[in-house]
Amino acid sequence: MDSFQQTLFKLKRYWDERGAIIQEPYDVEVGAGTMCPETFLRVLGPKPYRVAYVQPSRRPADGRYGENPNRLYKHQQLQVILKPTPDDILDQYLGSLEAIGIDLSKHDIKFEEDNWESPTLGAWGIGWQVMLDGMEITQFTYFQQCGGIDLELVPAEITYGLERLTAFLQGVESVYDIEWTKGVKYSDVRLADELQFSVYNFETANVDRLWRLFAEHEAECKELLAKYEDYPDKKRFPVLPTYDQVLKCSNLFNLLDARGAISVTERVGVIKRVRDLAVGTAKIWVDQQGAG
Amino acid sequence: MNFLLEIGTEEIPHWMIPGALNQLAAMPLFGAAPQVDATPRRLVVRATGLPERTPDEVQVIKGPPVSAGDKAAAGFAKKQGVDLSAMTKVGDYYELRKNVPGRAVRDILAESLPTTILGLQWPKTMYWIGGKTGPRFIRPIRWIVALLDNVIIPFEIAGVKSDNITRGHRILGAPSVPVTFDNYETELRSNFVLLSAEERRGKIRIETAALGAKPDADLLETLTYITEFPAAIKGDFDPAYLELPAEVLTTVMRHHQKYFSVESAPGQLAPHFVAVMNTAGDPEGLVKKGNERVLRARFNDARFFWDVDQQRTLAQRVDDLAKVTFQAKLGSYLEKTKRVVDLVRELGGSEDAQRAALLAKCDLTTEMVKEFTDLQGVVGGLYAKLRNEPKETAQAIYEHYKPVSMEDSIPSTPDGQVVALADKLDTLVQCFRIGLVPTGSKDPFALRRAAQGVVKILVEAKLHYKLDDLVTGDLRGFLLDRIQYYFREVRGFKYDEVNAVLASGCGTLSDVEARLTALAAVRPTENFEPLAASFKRIRNILKQADFEPTQVLDQGLLEDGPEKALHAGFVQVSDAARTSTYQEALARIATLRPPVDTFFDKVLVNAKVERVRDNRLTLLHNLLTEFSTIADFSEIVTSGDQK
Repeated sequence: MDSFQQTLFKLKRYWDERGAIIQEPYDVEVGAGTMCPETFLRVLGPKPYRVAYVQPSRRPADGRYGENPNRLYKHQQLQVILKPTPDDILDQYLGSLEAIGIDLSKHDIKFEEDNWESPTLGAWGIGWQVMLDGMEITQFTYFQQCGGIDLELVPAEITYGLERLTAFLQGVESVYDIEWTKGVKYSDVRLADELQFSVYNFETANVDRLWRLFAEHEAECKELLAKYEDYPDKKRFPVLPTYDQVLKCSNLFNLLDARGAISVTERVGVIKRVRDLAVGTAKIWVDQQGAG
Repeated sequence: MNFLLEIGTEEIPHWMIPGALNQLAAMPLFGAAPQVDATPRRLVVRATGLPERTPDEVQVIKGPPVSAGDKAAAGFAKKQGVDLSAMTKVGDYYELRKNVPGRAVRDILAESLPTTILGLQWPKTMYWIGGKTGPRFIRPIRWIVALLDNVIIPFEIAGVKSDNITRGHRILGAPSVPVTFDNYETELRSNFVLLSAEERRGKIRIETAALGAKPDADLLETLTYITEFPAAIKGDFDPAYLELPAEVLTTVMRHHQKYFSVESAPGQLAPHFVAVMNTAGDPEGLVKKGNERVLRARFNDARFFWDVDQQRTLAQRVDDLAKVTFQAKLGSYLEKTKRVVDLVRELGGSEDAQRAALLAKCDLTTEMVKEFTDLQGVVGGLYAKLRNEPKETAQAIYEHYKPVSMEDSIPSTPDGQVVALADKLDTLVQCFRIGLVPTGSKDPFALRRAAQGVVKILVEAKLHYKLDDLVTGDLRGFLLDRIQYYFREVRGFKYDEVNAVLASGCGTLSDVEARLTALAAVRPTENFEPLAASFKRIRNILKQADFEPTQVLDQGLLEDGPEKALHAGFVQVSDAARTSTYQEALARIATLRPPVDTFFDKVLVNAKVERVRDNRLTLLHNLLTEFSTIADFSEIVTSGDQK
């Protein structure tokens, strides 16, 4: 039986063999691998790109103090982007399952309609949830739009839920019982993390300060966005740091949401504030890619 | 000639497949009776007896008038690319008869198939190559088989060239299988693809039944179009989970896992489930084990949610509804709740019903409903019962989303009916108020369904509210549309009967129903349709005369004979009709046919003396208005109209 990290090695190797850049996780808090610049920005524009990376994804509202065997505040996604999509993409994907030891001839695999949409990113796509013996193990999406921009080269996004997948492979009932590496369980590595962040996210985070931080990052982002048009040397324009500010805002929004600090009437408005930043950044990134 | 088309795609959403097949079956390109089939990965058309060529045709093109002179004719001929001598004079015009030779059907197919295929209508499409201007389809097209008498019809869509190579089942079949028209289906079968939906449906039905599954038609249909080679397996779960309500267990199994449930006795769940795989078998029991594991996790979640939710009662959650959006511009569910409680009170709802209205939406704040949204209402009802709310209140909450479709039943109790009615009316009134009105196929707030629910409840619960007391303006028109739809499509009344009854006004809907039933019963009788035709005539006469009665009928002006006879009949029937049932009244009105016929036969309405004429028109007007309170007969389509 492979450990959590051995399964990861195999998946990374598999996509390495298919020409993907193997990236490390992005170092700003994100809610999903899709939000990393390696996906959100790289899918825009005409340049082909292949990348795979593990992304610890923070969803404050999903925290359960480490008490629920299947729900986590922070879970690990393996995110694969293939742009443009190869014709045999689904066969390649199924091959990756074989590569981590799933004999598909002995299992039941189904592709069930599941379209993806992210209002905060102005992004949506068409695809499936992949079901293995009745369990959702992967989200598969053909991106159609990102940052409000129609995509020129449609990428395939494959998002593996690593905890679920390895719990299945190892035949354990709780993610905390996953063997991370020999003699070390998932709980040894991550339980304290889950407990303490649940306490912080639900109980102790200072709401007023979070709002102030949100406003500060939003202001920084807007100020940068406003400078682009007259910026003399477009290539030097710090659009990547601008995008970091978007991610900061998005994470603060999620924290405020988990804290129950966003009222009904505010909610739509706050989502729009984040989306405006994301859309503005995406536009600049595309323009900068085209600049000489 | 024999024709085979297979559009090979990535997995198409199951619910869209039948619609696509209907479109393919109706396309003239494929001859009179093409056979259409589909699995999630292929749309297939087969046809026999296609002609090799279309027949030659003569096309007649009308030219300029002869009077326009030779110059005009020559110009026309030149434009058509023919000599003037090819033109003939027919009557006052030149005419060109062009021979259009038939074309090879193979060429026509090669030319039209790409646009035909890409022209299929889907609820949502995507592009995958060539950016936004590239081809759009439901999912990427990955291969195409197109054969006419086993020769490939050459064309290309989205970079895929037509061929004679199909693909088997993703896991069990060969990735590349050459086929002919004749061996196509058997080749697929030996590669673990059952092409016929009927066969897959039958296999699922038989295998699940053999494992004790409770029949479920919707689930059967879903699984038929989600598999290429279905096979059923039975799994078990810990009987301890049976402590959870059956509604919760069934929802988890059916909606989330697409499992059939198993009952030990009617209404009594057994600790088993039946799953349908898209593969031939499960010799090592791995699929069974995997599905059991998933279900266990799901049931554990459900139990956790159940326990957490018990920490607070529904009543304690009312204020939390301020945080749940009903609609961005319409505010929260707390505001909606307050409106619905008021409306239930206005409609005369009981204390229990008002209590139900107050608590009905509180389950939106529970963990259970956040996870299993299909259980909204049901969970509220279960929690209310658990916390000793009045039995009637709990039942009303449980059922207040009903009916969710035309087939679904209405709430079973008066309290449930009034809460469901008020909830739906509030949604309709509020959405119409801010202009959220359904247009065409766009109806994001499911207002048609809400309106349909209102109609169904009003009719089937025989509620005494009048339409005009409930709604006004555009919403009234919107509801009238749904009323017509309901009586036509659900209840099977003829459209002209519905029009006739509604033209006489729409009070309570149970009254509309009673009048319709009476009308439909009397309509086949001998005198009815001819009388309806006469009423239409009366209406036209009055309309042409632009007549509005200014005084009451003067009996002294009535002529002896047919006119007096008609008046006498009118008085007799209207007196009797007042105290009889709708059906008796209509039957009596129908007896007026002979005096009406004789009147029109013998009496000139348009009399020379104005007083006499006006008096006759008054008689006809009275007849029409008096006998149009049940139905406006002039709306009935009679054989005379159809000529």
